[in-house]
Amino acid sequence: MSKLYYRELYCGTPVRFWMGLALLGSFIAIGLGAAYYMEHNGHWVTGMSNQMVWGLPHVFAIFLIVAASGALNVASIGSVFGGPLYKPLGRFSSLLAIGLLAGGLMVLVLDLGRPDRLIVAMTEYNFKSIFAWNVILYSGFFAIVGVYLWTMIDRSVARYKRTVGFAAFFWRIALTTGTGSIFGFLVAREAYDAAIMAPMFVIMSFSYGLAFFIITLIAAYIWGDRELGDLRLTRLKNLLGVFVGAVLYFTLAYNLTNLYVTQHHGIERFVLLDGGIYTQMFWIGQILIGSIVPLFLIYSPAFEKSRWAIAVASVAVLIGGFFQIYVIVIGGQAYPMNLFPGKEVIESGFYDGQVINYMPTVPEAALGIAGIAVALAMVAVGARVFKVFPETLED
Amino acid sequence: MSNKSDQQSVNRRQFIGGTVAAVGALTIAPGVILHAATEDDKASSGASSEHRWGMVIDSNKCAEGCNACVDACNNEHGLEGHDRPETDAVWIRAVKLKDKQTGHVNRLVMMCQHCEHPPCVDVCPTNASFKRDDGIVLVDRHRCIGCRYCMMACPYKARSFVHEALSDQSVNAPRGKGCVESCTLCVHRVDAGVMQTACQEACEKEGHAAIIFGDLKDPNSEISRVLKSNNSVQIRADLELNTGVRYLNL
Repeated sequence: MSKLYYRELYCGTPVRFWMGLALLGSFIAIGLGAAYYMEHNGHWVTGMSNQMVWGLPHVFAIFLIVAASGALNVASIGSVFGGPLYKPLGRFSSLLAIGLLAGGLMVLVLDLGRPDRLIVAMTEYNFKSIFAWNVILYSGFFAIVGVYLWTMIDRSVARYKRTVGFAAFFWRIALTTGTGSIFGFLVAREAYDAAIMAPMFVIMSFSYGLAFFIITLIAAYIWGDRELGDLRLTRLKNLLGVFVGAVLYFTLAYNLTNLYVTQHHGIERFVLLDGGIYTQMFWIGQILIGSIVPLFLIYSPAFEKSRWAIAVASVAVLIGGFFQIYVIVIGGQAYPMNLFPGKEVIESGFYDGQVINYMPTVPEAALGIAGIAVALAMVAVGARVFKVFPETLED
Repeated sequence: MSNKSDQQSVNRRQFIGGTVAAVGALTIAPGVILHAATEDDKASSGASSEHRWGMVIDSNKCAEGCNACVDACNNEHGLEGHDRPETDAVWIRAVKLKDKQTGHVNRLVMMCQHCEHPPCVDVCPTNASFKRDDGIVLVDRHRCIGCRYCMMACPYKARSFVHEALSDQSVNAPRGKGCVESCTLCVHRVDAGVMQTACQEACEKEGHAAIIFGDLKDPNSEISRVLKSNNSVQIRADLELNTGVRYLNL
């Protein structure tokens, strides 16, 4: 094998880089403006309410945070499990993980009722709260992955790479376990309160993170006019197929368990049969677009070497993943809480027993999109100032 | 590849090192200073574990069409509506139920159940949701960051988020835009030695007397006597939260 050289990623022309960055910057500016608008007026200007407590910003935030830890997988496979084909991609994998987490956290923090009190969240901990643990897990992720990236780039500290890589791998598993447990530990609502949420979120992160990785990798090599070999892409593609299958398996296990328990028949009926938009999002979004289409594109011999098919499959996984989290977060809240088993609510001053309507507003979407833009902007700038991409990834 | 026209010659290590140090210092320093400043505020609230304040609500006495307790609560705590029922704060609400099997109709009021093991307190990352020694569950409005995790966790939908700026607040209940709030069991009255909540007072004035407030730990209190001589239930008793609010004839 010839020697590997890493180089900062420069576009064919400087104009292309700055224009791209300006575009991302404008999305970020719009998102920040939207956050200011929502904070200034109060949350009544959003679609969220006392009934729909968490909305579209949380879907974006959770999606990005979950994807962030998954994006680190390629680095882990390279330095922890010793996969030679993945090793050259480790630096970029770490950079993307940091970017995605930063984007997700920005959305999460800017949607707080009091984002100005972030310092309270960082100094006052209730260790029984998984949220408090997540504050530590998320900040620690930046530090550990930052050091990991450093050991991969700087030869003088390269001997620590494997140790730090191990730490990063375990940390990322803990991080997604923590994110899944946000829902797993909620006893109040029928859609949640399930231990399977934690491992399901871990496997979701593998899938979304890798899909994000593949798309940004292909885009970066087109952007920088560099060679990207088919062999490596095929490996990544096959791995994505395994992860998509695994998410389907966990979805099946989660729903079958609920279907067995009579108490949970209501929520299952809601998601699988008559929940309107949520049923459509589940079957068309998550199952068809997010699972069946990518599995077909990945395993069909007709698309064996098609780069186009790999890119479309990855985008489909991301779209399906977004719908999956939407159904979990929004659908899970839309279904009424069963406060009075065996009783029907005839009247209520607070929407008891009713399916909750939620219509996301433009500012919420703008804030979420800004989160993606932050992730991409950090990757674009990071790839330009650090040597993260191999000069060529020819087979 | 390496000689692109817009490549810069920045001393990268210096820049990164300096930035990391500065961000680290900026993140940690204010926290340390603020933390030191608030140590004094942790003095005891004065609530005693010799009491456990609670309520019993008699569903049979909760009269059809009456909203006196809800209005009284709103007045007492300055909860004014903005004609936006989905986002307006609700601390207490009337609910009418029909048994699916028998058709029996009940009416009752729901509010924070002041659990012994409150899920809202468990999930609150900053300890803003807390339970006093006397069993009253409250939100520290200076510490709440508005994450709404407690609202996700509450099995009773008892909490509201303040969705807009507030003005002319009641001195009885300081509130804050972007914070979560719920029934305080009229803690301002309890601390002033007035052993009657606004909702109970209003219900009695209407002649229904469906709400009894009192000390669950005092065997001679009216609430203890009523609970001892009647069969009462907790809502979502399956969660074993040992609620401070109990229901009769439900």
